[in-house]
Order: sequence, then C-alpha cells, then structure tokens
Amino acid sequence: MDYSQFLAMKQEIALLVVFLLVFLYDTFMPRKALGATSAVTSVLFLLFTVWSFIWGGTADSVEAFAGMYVTSPVCALIKNILNVGVLIVLVQATSWVNSDSQLVRRGEYYELLLVTLFGMYLMISARHFLLFLIGLESASLPLAAMVAFDKHRYESHEAAVKYLLTAVFSSAIFMMGLSFVYGLSGSLYFEDIAMQLGSQGDAMLIIALAFVVSGIGFKLSLVPFHLWTADVYQGAPTPVTSYLSVISKGAAAFAFLIILVQAFGQFYSQVWEWMLYALIIATITIGNLFAIRQRNMKRFLAFSSISQAGYIMLGVVGCNEMGLAAMMYYILVYIFSNLAAFGVIGAIENKTGMVEMTDYNGLSKTNPWLSFSMTLAMFSLAGIPPFAGFFSKFFIFTSAINQGSIAIYVLVLIALINTIISLYYYLLVVKAMYISPEEPRIATFRSTCSERASLWVTVLGIILLGIVSYFYDTIFNTVALSDIFGFIA
Amino acid sequence: MFSNLLIYFVVIPLLMLAGFAICKNIRQVRTVAVAGSILLVGLSVWVLCDYLALRAAGNMEEMLFRGDWTWFAPLNIKLSVGVDGVSIAMLILSSIIVFAGSFASWKIDDARHFFMWLILLSTGVYGFFICIDLFTMFMFYEVALIPMYLLIGVWGTGRKEYSAMKLTLMLMGGSAFLMLSLIGIYYHSAPEGQALTWNIIDIARNVEETQCISKGWQYFLFPMCFVGFGVLGAMFPFHTWSPDGHACAPTAVSMLHAGVLMKLGGYGCFRVAMYLMPQAANDLAWIFLILTGISVVYGAFSACVQTDLKYINAYSSVSHCGMVLFAILMINTTALTGAIMQMLSHGLMTALFFALIGMIYGRTHTRDIRLMGGLMKILPFLGVGYVIAGMASLGLPGLSGFVAEMTIFVGSFEHTDMFHRVFTIVACCSIVITAVYILRTVGKLLFGPVLDPHHAELTDASWWERLSTITLILSVAAIGCFPNFFESLIRFTFSPEIFRAIGLN
Repeated sequence: MDYSQFLAMKQEIALLVVFLLVFLYDTFMPRKALGATSAVTSVLFLLFTVWSFIWGGTADSVEAFAGMYVTSPVCALIKNILNVGVLIVLVQATSWVNSDSQLVRRGEYYELLLVTLFGMYLMISARHFLLFLIGLESASLPLAAMVAFDKHRYESHEAAVKYLLTAVFSSAIFMMGLSFVYGLSGSLYFEDIAMQLGSQGDAMLIIALAFVVSGIGFKLSLVPFHLWTADVYQGAPTPVTSYLSVISKGAAAFAFLIILVQAFGQFYSQVWEWMLYALIIATITIGNLFAIRQRNMKRFLAFSSISQAGYIMLGVVGCNEMGLAAMMYYILVYIFSNLAAFGVIGAIENKTGMVEMTDYNGLSKTNPWLSFSMTLAMFSLAGIPPFAGFFSKFFIFTSAINQGSIAIYVLVLIALINTIISLYYYLLVVKAMYISPEEPRIATFRSTCSERASLWVTVLGIILLGIVSYFYDTIFNTVALSDIFGFIA
Repeated sequence: MFSNLLIYFVVIPLLMLAGFAICKNIRQVRTVAVAGSILLVGLSVWVLCDYLALRAAGNMEEMLFRGDWTWFAPLNIKLSVGVDGVSIAMLILSSIIVFAGSFASWKIDDARHFFMWLILLSTGVYGFFICIDLFTMFMFYEVALIPMYLLIGVWGTGRKEYSAMKLTLMLMGGSAFLMLSLIGIYYHSAPEGQALTWNIIDIARNVEETQCISKGWQYFLFPMCFVGFGVLGAMFPFHTWSPDGHACAPTAVSMLHAGVLMKLGGYGCFRVAMYLMPQAANDLAWIFLILTGISVVYGAFSACVQTDLKYINAYSSVSHCGMVLFAILMINTTALTGAIMQMLSHGLMTALFFALIGMIYGRTHTRDIRLMGGLMKILPFLGVGYVIAGMASLGLPGLSGFVAEMTIFVGSFEHTDMFHRVFTIVACCSIVITAVYILRTVGKLLFGPVLDPHHAELTDASWWERLSTITLILSVAAIGCFPNFFESLIRFTFSPEIFRAIGLN
C-alpha cells in the first residue's frame, strides 16, 4: 500500500492531531492545569483553523485510496467554513464547560466534538458510500453522548435517547437504500453508480433514492424527518445545540448535494427534482408554522433552523456551480447568524437559567448589547439588509431561478412568502426585547470574556459577510473551478 | 468612488449613524441630526444646480452623475448610481422632509436611538433614489422598510405593536413579490448569449432593441413588480397597513413615511415596472387603473368619516398616493409629469400635516376632533399652518396640490376612449370629497367654541416647531408658484425610451 496517500488527508490528520493533543492534555496533565483545558483547546483549534486556511487546501482535486476519498479546493473550503463555526462554538462553550456542574467532564466535551467534526470531514470528502457511512456514524453517535451531557437534567437524557434512536433508525434506512443501490449498480463508488445505472430510472431506483434521501434528511432535519429536532435542541445543553444546528447541518447539506449530483446526477429531472421540491416546500412551511407557536427560545430556534435547512436545499435545486456557491455562502452566513443567537441565549442561560421568550421582555433596558446582538441575528436570519442574511437569501433564490422553469418560480415564491412568516416570528423576539411594556425580568449583568468575544465575532460577521463581496466572490471562484457538476453538463 | 457626488447621499447618513453611536447627551444628538440634515439639503441643492448646468450645457444622456463599481462580480452585481430630473426631485423632497423631521422630533424620548433608526431609514431612501441597479435598489428599499418596525413599536402611540407588525409584514410581503420579479427580470435582461445585467438603463435598452423580456414573461413579471411596489404606494386592496401605521407612528416617522417612503412605491412602479416592461404596462394598465381608481375615491370617502386626525390624513394619503399610481398608469407625458408633481406635492403637504398634528397632539394629548375646537384662537401659528396644509390638499391655486392634480387630469383626459374618460371623471370627484373632509376637520378643530377649558392655557409653537413648519410651507408654496421650473426639471425624463418602446408619443 502506498502510504503517501495519507498526505491527501492533511486536514483530517491535523484535526486528529488536535484531538490527540487535547485528549493527552486532559488525561495526563495535573489537576491544577486542567482549568486551562478550554483555553488550550481553543488556541489549538485556532492554530489548526489558521493552518488549514493557509496550507490545508490543495491546488486541484486529489484522490486517495482508490478514489474513496477525494479532496479538492471546494472540499477544503467547506471544511474551513465549518472550522470557523466550530471555533466560535468552542469559545462560546467556555463558560458553560467551566461551570461547577461540568467541571469533571470538561475535556470530554471537546474530545467528542472533535471526533464528530472528523466524521463530518469524512462525509464531505467521501466518494464511496462505505466511507460516507463511517463519516455519518462517527458524526452522529458521539453527538448523542454530547446531547446527554447535562446528566443531572432529565430533559437531557430524554433528548439523547430520542436522538440516538432516530439516528440509528435513519442509518438503518440509509443502509437499506444503499443495498438497493448496490444491487442495481454493483458498486458503491459514486462515479461507478452513475455510470452503471445509465440514464433509465425505474421503480427500484426511486425507492433506493427515497431511502438514501431520508437517511440524510434526518441529519438535516428536513420535514418529515424533523420530529426529533425540537426536543433534542431543547434538551441538549446550549453549546451542544448550537453545534448541532449549524455545523452538523452544514456538513450534511454539502454531502447531500455531492451524493445527489455525483451518484444520481442524471436522474435529476426524472426522479429527485420533484422529490426535492416537495421536501423543500414541506420543510420551509412546516418549520415556519411551528416556530410561530414556540415560547422556549431553543425550541424556537430549532424550528427556525428546520426552515433554514429548507432554504439551504434551494441551492441543490439549481444543480449548478451557482447553486453550490450560494449554498456554501448560505451555510457560512447561517453559521454566524445562528451562533450569534445561540451566543445570547447561552450567555443568559448561564447567568440566570432563563430560556423562555417572555423572560426576554424588556431585555433592551437592562442588557442593551445582548439585545442588539440578538436583533442583528434575528434580522440576518430573516434576511433583512444590510445584514448578511439578505445577501445569502438573495443569492440562493437567484441561483435556484437560474433553472428557469415556471415550477421553480412557484417554488421560490412559496419560499419567499415563507420568509414573511419567518419575519413575523423573528420580530416577536425583537418585540419582546424592545417593545414589550413589562418590567425586565433579567437584571443587568456582565457576560464573560469568552461570551463577549464570540458575540463580537459573530456580530461583525453578520455585518461584514454581506457588504464585503470578498467572501461570496472567493466561494464562487473556488466552486467555479471544480468539476463537481461535470456529469450533468 | 468618492469623486462621485451621489455617493455622499449614502455616506453622510452613515457618518451621522457613526456620530450618533458616540453621542453622549441630547445636545450632541441634536447637533449631529441638524448638521447632517443641513448637509443633505445642501448636497441635494448642489446636485440640482450641477444637473441644471449640465443639461444647459447640452448633456443629453438619460442619467447624469453616472458611476459603476463592481460589487459581486460573479452575478454581475454592481453599485451603479445615476440621477435624472425625477430622482433629483425625490432627493430634494427627502432632504427637506428629513430636515423638517429632525426639528419636529426635538423633544423625543431616547433621542439617540430614535435618530439612529430614523437615519438608517433615510439611508435606505436616499440609496433607493440614487441607484439604477436592480439589486442595490432593492437592497436599499428593504433597508428603508425595517426600521419602521422599531420606530413605530417603541416610540409610537396607541395600538403600536399591532400596527408595527402589520405594516412590516405587509410591506415585506410586497417586497417578496418584488424580489421574485426582479430576479426574473435579471434572467431576461439580455438576449441569448450576452451577459446578464441588473442595470436598469441597459435592460431598458435591451428590451427596446431585442425584446429580451418576451411578452409572456412581461405579463408574468409586471403584475408582481407593480403590486410589490404598489403595496408601498398604498394601492387599494393592499393599503390597510397605511392608516394603522401612520396613526400609531411618532410624528417624524409619519412625516418621513407618508412624505417619502410611500413615494418609493410610485417611483419604483414608474422606474422599474413600467420602464422595463412597457408592453405589459400598456396592456395590463386597465387592471391597475381600476384598483387605483378605487384607492382614490375610497380613500377620500374613508377620510370623511374618521374622527382621529391622523386617520383622516392617513386615508387622505391613500387617496393622494392612489392618484400618483393612477397618473403613472395613464402612460403619457402630461399625466406622468403630473404624477411626479403629485409625489412632491403630497410628500411635502402630508409631512406638513403630520408635523402639525404631532404638535397639536403634543399639547392637547388627544387627536379626536370631537374633543377639540376653537384652537385657532389659542394656537394661531399651528392653526394657520393647518389651514395652509388643508388648502394645499384640496387644491387651492398657488399651492402645490392644484398644479399636480390639474396636470394629472389634463393628462388623463388626453385619452379619448370611454374607459379612461370614466375613470378620470371618477377620480376627479375625489377633489370634491377632499374638500369635504378638509373643511370639516378645519371647521371642527380650529373654529367654533373652545370645547375643553384646559386647552385655553396651551402655548403656541416653539422655535423648532416653527422652523419645521415654515420650511414645509415655503416648499409647498414654491411648487405652487413656480410649477414651470419643476415641470421642466421632470419632463426631460419622459422623452426617450419608455414611449418609443410602446409606440406612444
């Protein structure tokens, strides 16, 4: 075996090095030094992120292990985007991890998190379903442990069990779909599947695709595979919820696009275009309608993130470079907006334990900066200019309409009307903080350094990611060089 | 980039925002607000003079002060600016109203945040008027909408939460349709094989030369675009946000919203919907003529039965803004000129109305006309101001309303067919109804016995209120006395493309 192939996986290997260093530090350092675990992890991860931006990429597409693993500038870029998100999550988690109840297990949070990130890396780079499955599983199962992290809270266990059972169940369905695909094509390589299946779809293929789609739909919490989302988001500790809602979603969305395009690209108009339309409409609409009624902030963001996943999927509909670029940009912006919201929720929860929307009444009077950050996050999620969310929504709609049929206009119109519904519930939060006449329930407090740092970064991101065209241009130019859509053209 | 004069219409408000962020007390806030709004007035006058000089020197381009800066290269999105007579008229209108509005909110609570949101709103307005690029126009359009939610919700009166939410959702609903139609226009903005563009001038030229937006697509995109902007122009079935929103908003916001923001709707209908899709505009105008005709009459009748001063004015705005869209849909030079005049006239006059209502409400703490009377004796300055605003509204010659409405009706009577004639006559009737509700209000509010003895002790306008009022009265009178100047400023815009494309004029 040619061991130099491992060099293609430099991002994964560097991530493993970070993981091992954190693990060794946590295990072998004297008790006194453990207080610095969070700082050490954040710094190591920061170094890794910077390294990965500068030296982690490749000039062109590189295959390893007989084509099972592929890395390309696009893959490196999406991994870098996720890294930025993870870095913010790590910083946000600092004060929660160092709270009294978590002291004994603080290293484990980081270790589990890094392992799931490793799994997501594999999902992104896999070009063979076996490797993809390994990635999917190692991204899902440790997350169940993370969800159960608050082991003295009943909701946390319940959430973990729900998550675990649905994860396993959906993996089983996914594998069922894979076995059909294997039966039809005799291979699990994406390319071979595309070649062997020819261009003729039959009933068996539709069933196989439906199974595969529902397996990944679970990770993305697309409707009707979303039922676990609200309970898990509510039950899990906030730093886990924020990780779950942005990073794991971003990775799954990218992998989903790769699978659909590379393995089943030629059935686009025959089979999965309409499947996708139905999924998107259901996801956006149902996510939005349920979000209106939520009074718990974490449940509220759970449903909002369901509908956001629907918007992310609009990037797949275009099925071209523009769509992929818009999707990656959307993920980047979504990471910043959602993490800003979770940053505020986490800061308030750590200090006061309050997570209900009514607790936020009059927050602007006592904590103006927190309410300002929250407002920007809500505006960005709702797609209000000049914040980044507007640009990402506009680009993803533009990329979808590129396809040109009347059906896509109708789909985008439904999505647009849904943005109005979503604006309603995002404004409910703003209303509670700024307009509600009741006396503030949360006293003025000073959030910790790490929380403030993460909020600064996310707020700056919300403001700059849109107005400064560099980010979108870079993503687009990287995507334009890739040959991901070679099959379809 | 900064050598272009127009950019400063966005730069100055942004600097003002930065200024507010570091302000420590209300004096500093006022200083920044006043200094900024004076700069903006000065800038718009400067642009006007430059524009006239360039035109006098024989520069016949459609848009002057052009500037193009690439923004998002992959989608060919540029920040393109340029103005013609209509945009300059709108810029002057906005500057005057922002200036008057700053003085009208001299004593507002939490002035720093209030002005921040207000100036953010005006950034959107200015940006919208200077841009000739669909993407940036739409972006600024939405920037102008969202601060309304907080401005009404936090500083408003009455059922402010309900009104703020209703207004925001309805306007954003309109902009959802708008966004779809703009993206649709983009994908048909150039003939097959050429680079797509967001630039209005380029699209209009392509449409004229190559019919790149086919008739079928025009029929599909035009109604969405027109309705999208029409919601902000308070077109009939979509006007319901306007009375509630205006009634609950604080004074300066009502002024800015009725005075300038509603003009965004009319301007957009003209500049985007009709300009880029002239065939559909010509063929489908009748549908929207019916709707706007209803707006005109229905708004006027509704105003007759209201008892809240702000509701009276809000419904009268529905009627007058309906007139703007009505005139635009007549698609001839005279009526279009009238439409722009009406925008100017209505903007200034409604701002004057809302300013005065705010000042009266600040003293009497009621806006119910049944509870007030004889205020002319107690508050002579405000009373006279109100009468002048009323006279402008019902079209007294010498003030702005007369010129605008006269031009509109002359223009729409140029159509000789039955349909247009009937609707012109119906719309004309609204003038009479306007007189009814204006005179009724003036009579009850200002004349007759003093109903509430407490009112006898009220004091008349303070200097900042006088300044705000006088500015607006002078502007209204200026349009009324020198209509020729404004007409010549506007008319040049209507000569070229839009009419050639549909074979009119």
